[in-house]
Amino acid sequence: MLIRPAADIRSSELTPEAAYWNRRDWLAAAGGAFAASALVPGSLRALAQGGSPVAQGTPYGLQPGDKPTPWEDVTGYNNFYEFGTGKEDPAELAKGFNPKPWTVKVDGLVKKAADYQLEDFIKPSKLEDRIYRHRCVEAWSMVIPWRGIPLADVLKRAEPTSQAKFVEFTTLFDPRRMPGQALRVLDWPYVEGLRLDEAMHPLTLLATGVYGRDLPNQNGAPLRLHVPWKYGFKSIKSIVHIRLVDKQPRNSWQLSSPNEYGFYSNVNPEVDHPRWSQASERRIGEFARRKTLMFNGYADQVASMYSGMDLRKNY
Amino acid sequence: MRAIKQPRGFSVLLIVALCIPPALAITGLASDILGGTRYFGSNPIKEGEHFLGRWTLRLLVVTLAVTPLRQLTGWNWLAKHRRTIGLFAFGYLTLHWIAYAFLDVQLDWTDLKKDLLKRPYIYLGMTALVLMIPLVVTSTKAMIRRLGRNWARLHRLLYVIAILGVIHYAMAVKKDLTDPLTYALMLSLLFGWRLSRWSRKATTAARTVGSPV
Ligand code: HEM
Repeated sequence: MLIRPAADIRSSELTPEAAYWNRRDWLAAAGGAFAASALVPGSLRALAQGGSPVAQGTPYGLQPGDKPTPWEDVTGYNNFYEFGTGKEDPAELAKGFNPKPWTVKVDGLVKKAADYQLEDFIKPSKLEDRIYRHRCVEAWSMVIPWRGIPLADVLKRAEPTSQAKFVEFTTLFDPRRMPGQALRVLDWPYVEGLRLDEAMHPLTLLATGVYGRDLPNQNGAPLRLHVPWKYGFKSIKSIVHIRLVDKQPRNSWQLSSPNEYGFYSNVNPEVDHPRWSQASERRIGEFARRKTLMFNGYADQVASMYSGMDLRKNY
Repeated sequence: MRAIKQPRGFSVLLIVALCIPPALAITGLASDILGGTRYFGSNPIKEGEHFLGRWTLRLLVVTLAVTPLRQLTGWNWLAKHRRTIGLFAFGYLTLHWIAYAFLDVQLDWTDLKKDLLKRPYIYLGMTALVLMIPLVVTSTKAMIRRLGRNWARLHRLLYVIAILGVIHYAMAVKKDLTDPLTYALMLSLLFGWRLSRWSRKATTAARTVGSPV
């Protein structure tokens, strides 16, 4: 399948918008300097200025008017119950979390099961910067410049056997390091799952960074998933275990409220959450609501995987 | 019990204090929405809506606590402020509703209708809002006089309203029920206090009636 990085939006168009929230820093530097600065990598610029990094990367599936959500929001407004249930808790409570060293276990129905040090796990692949749309099940959304590798890369290296049909992911369980796990709001550890074809899809990203920097702890350091056509809770954070299995794995939110959250959890404006409409969303930083797009705008690339399925039943 | 006089300036202080949360909500939201600040964080509309919801509930509990507090302390001057606090609670609730309908749902009629008909936490909240209207209407001195004993009966509705508010809260939060349960506990204590007084009064009355003259 061909994934086109939306040709209608060039990253050169994105940069000035991305730099917009740095307005204060930029007021001094006038027009010419602005153009020149676009050539310097955003993260370097931010470091030099001690400010927020500037988005960089190839846009995937961005719609007209989509611009990267400011770093402050991407790293300050998080659902990561392992570090508290408030949106601003993770940024605070994850400050002391040390994600190094980190081991990832890959096993189950694979020919090459192994425990990897994170660096060895990532090294064989080339890190890519990709700008994706992100839609939370709570009807808010962001545009996020991730850095990572296709999940397919690591799955192929593990060589799934012919019985492997699904992939199951597990987050670290360590209540001493993840204070939110002291509260039984979910059945820890957090687990998630994908069908094998979803997991192998070229859009499915294993992220190690955001905004050109290593993932901040509150964003799921040091390794998280991002599946842009699914609600955010599918994109499990701080992954320690990837297992290939033959049965549909269970996922934490479905276990906790099966009538509200399903296994597939594809973004779908026509299927409401029992407590709110999914037809529209609030883009963080914007006032007017936006219409929610089928598969979060990635229908061309992913809809064929679900042809013939009743998406009302398989929510 | 000895009558204790109201501290000087209390009435003014109370009203100023009650104006603070809505003032913060309005200025914070205006600044976040129009000026791009983050007083209410990254999602100011949601957070502002929640802020006003939590303050509504706090104020309902305070309103219900006035009478027990007066009875416990003998500060009878508190009684007349119950109305002020209750009216402010209605004001907060109205702002909470405005945040919901105008800022959150942005007057999308299909969504408003669907919410009201299909979503229990919304219709329970709306029921609470509608039930408050007769209390507001009958809060004038003339109405209190006119309704006599029925006034007190009618205003016991405030318990129902607060209980609806807590249920609404419990249904609105996603998983962590600590705060709604805390409010439920406070309401039970207040309600328990009333019940025990009523039953004491009832037994005293029964004894008076039944005793041989
Ligand atoms: C006595 C009446 C009410 C009380 C005490 C109340 C209180 C609350 C509280 C405490 C919250 C949660 C705040 C948080 O999560 O921190 C809330 C949320 C909410 N309330 Fe109310 N409320 C009342 C009536 C209403 C009404 C009439 C409406 C609209 C019709 C409404 C709409 C909402 C909405 C939309 C939310 C947010 C739910 C979400 O974000 O998922 N409430 N309310």
